[in-house]
Amino acid sequence: MDTFVQQLINGLTVGAIYALIALGYTMVYGILRLINFAHGDIYMVGAFVGYFLAFQLGFATGPSLLGLSVVLVASMIAAALVGMAIERFAYRPLRKYARMTTLIAAIGVSLLIENLFVARLGAAPRAFPQLLSEKSYTLFGNAAISKSQILIFAVSVALMLLLQWVIFKTKVGTAMRAVSFNLNSAKLMGINTDFIISFTFALGSALAAAGGVLTAQYNPQIDPLMGILTGLKAFVAAVLGGIGNIPGAVLGGLLIGIAETFVVGYGQNVGIPSTFRDAVAFAILILVLLVRPSGLLGSTVQEKV
Amino acid sequence: MPTFKRVLSTIAIILALYLVNAFMSKEGLFGFGFGAYPTDVLMTLTINIILAVSLNLITGFTGQFSIGHAGFMAIGAYASAYLVVYHAQFWERDLAAVVGFTTAHALIFMIAIAFGSLVAAFAGLLVGIPSLRLRGDYLAIVTLGFAEIIRIVILNIDKVGGATGFSVPSYSNFIWVGGFAIISIVIVYNIVHSDIGRALVSIREDELAAEAMGINTTRYKVLAFVISSALAGLAGVLFGHYRSFLSTNDFQFIRSFEIIIMIVLGGMGSLTGAVLGAVVITIMPELLRQLPGDFSRYRLVVYSAMLIVIILTRPQGILGTREFSLSWLKRARKRPEGDQVVGGTGGVSIAEQGPPSAIDRKKEEENR
Repeated sequence: MDTFVQQLINGLTVGAIYALIALGYTMVYGILRLINFAHGDIYMVGAFVGYFLAFQLGFATGPSLLGLSVVLVASMIAAALVGMAIERFAYRPLRKYARMTTLIAAIGVSLLIENLFVARLGAAPRAFPQLLSEKSYTLFGNAAISKSQILIFAVSVALMLLLQWVIFKTKVGTAMRAVSFNLNSAKLMGINTDFIISFTFALGSALAAAGGVLTAQYNPQIDPLMGILTGLKAFVAAVLGGIGNIPGAVLGGLLIGIAETFVVGYGQNVGIPSTFRDAVAFAILILVLLVRPSGLLGSTVQEKV
Repeated sequence: MPTFKRVLSTIAIILALYLVNAFMSKEGLFGFGFGAYPTDVLMTLTINIILAVSLNLITGFTGQFSIGHAGFMAIGAYASAYLVVYHAQFWERDLAAVVGFTTAHALIFMIAIAFGSLVAAFAGLLVGIPSLRLRGDYLAIVTLGFAEIIRIVILNIDKVGGATGFSVPSYSNFIWVGGFAIISIVIVYNIVHSDIGRALVSIREDELAAEAMGINTTRYKVLAFVISSALAGLAGVLFGHYRSFLSTNDFQFIRSFEIIIMIVLGGMGSLTGAVLGAVVITIMPELLRQLPGDFSRYRLVVYSAMLIVIILTRPQGILGTREFSLSWLKRARKRPEGDQVVGGTGGVSIAEQGPPSAIDRKKEEENR
């Protein structure tokens, strides 16, 4: 029982990060029908901006909550700018062409970011400074929750609530929903769609960067290729929940996080080696899509003839 | 083409393959040789051509977006490697006593190629039947998922080396690789220009309309997927027996992406476009090795930047859906003002000549 609770906590921690990244995938997909393959790399950029800021601003010396907040917010802003720039220069010129074309541009941007970081910083992992004191709280029995895990839960829940508020209670959120419903009609209604798309990229990138900094607190190893697999799994999470659907992305992220942790924790008992950790997300996705082709919470679109 | 001409061109191709292969061997021919590095690039390029042409059948012509091609390549490579290492090597010894070493060698490699492609085709069937019910991006992510699962499963089979890699006897040379590249192109060309090809293109253009016209869309989609997987498996066999070492790292999803980039860059739904895309994507990073001094560190940065620039300047691909053919040159000489009619061996462009070779533009509008 104790191990079960412990595994669940660890799974939810990983899942919360996936969920934060998946939100960006799902929002961009909802608006542009584009799989933004560069999104995983934004998560990496966020972590690296945090890394350099922590050193530049002198927070790397010891744990400080102020330092953490500054680093978190600053890296979110930086990532938002990067996301907007990518959209402006790589995706916007291709918007009227087939989506496959934009997808290739996205893969190109992803490769560009990765290769640029590897060329500048080297591929070796770096140790992210601990901005949070290492402390664990015993819940009940032997299950423990560390400070960084509490941080991940608190920040990701806060950000998700904030996102929900932005999307459903603000004017720009209403416009976002309108654009994702129908881009051309939204344009006819006087919505500045270019701005809304830009804003969506900024929002998604900021969430991914938050995920990057939070992961670096939990598992302080960052490298320029860390976004590839995490990004891919976050995308799987978005599809699993029903791509374009915001609660779906959170649900998918948490599910995949828990499933992965359980495969590592319990897989051996039933003969599944822990190396299947990276496959389990895809396996769940395939099973779910075969039964529900539009994901767990996705709505089925009636095809018009 | 008259039979005589066909026989003649076949002989010419075989001769050319032998010649190139001789130049590529260590001794070279008449004192000339390519050297190890150009040989390696040329072999990789030719294998990439097979991959691009095969993916083009399912993604370019049928419009089914698959990013799991590396998985089928891996299956072909590992299946044939397994057969050769654990069984065929011993048959080869027995066979060599009867028919001589060279023939035995060729026969065994033929069997390995057939086996690898068949296993990949079977895997394509297993993956294709359930997943081809899905559309667009869902299909893409499911094929990607299958490819990753295939890779991780192989990684956990100790008999084929697992994470340490798998040493395989080296069989491939340019005669095999180039020959099969030509055979793949001919296969895909013939499929695309047959009634099956018409059905495939109609599925790409409008699946519902195709179904309404009495085309069994599921059957054709699965058929195209299986053929495409078999050819990817073939490429995998050739790749494995060329590298003589297999590691699952060679079959990560980045390779599937690479193949997709080739066909989109060359022009989806264009056979010559796929070949051209494979050439560009293979040669470009190699040429960038020439970057002076400190810049060589930024080789891959420049490569990815060039990729973005190409796609921004030619969004429909270098050739679009058209085919490159020699008749272009003839026509250009005869009628300098140009003409819209697509010549003898021309492309399969049914509706579109314009830029958006939209695979799913229409569906996208419906989805909104």
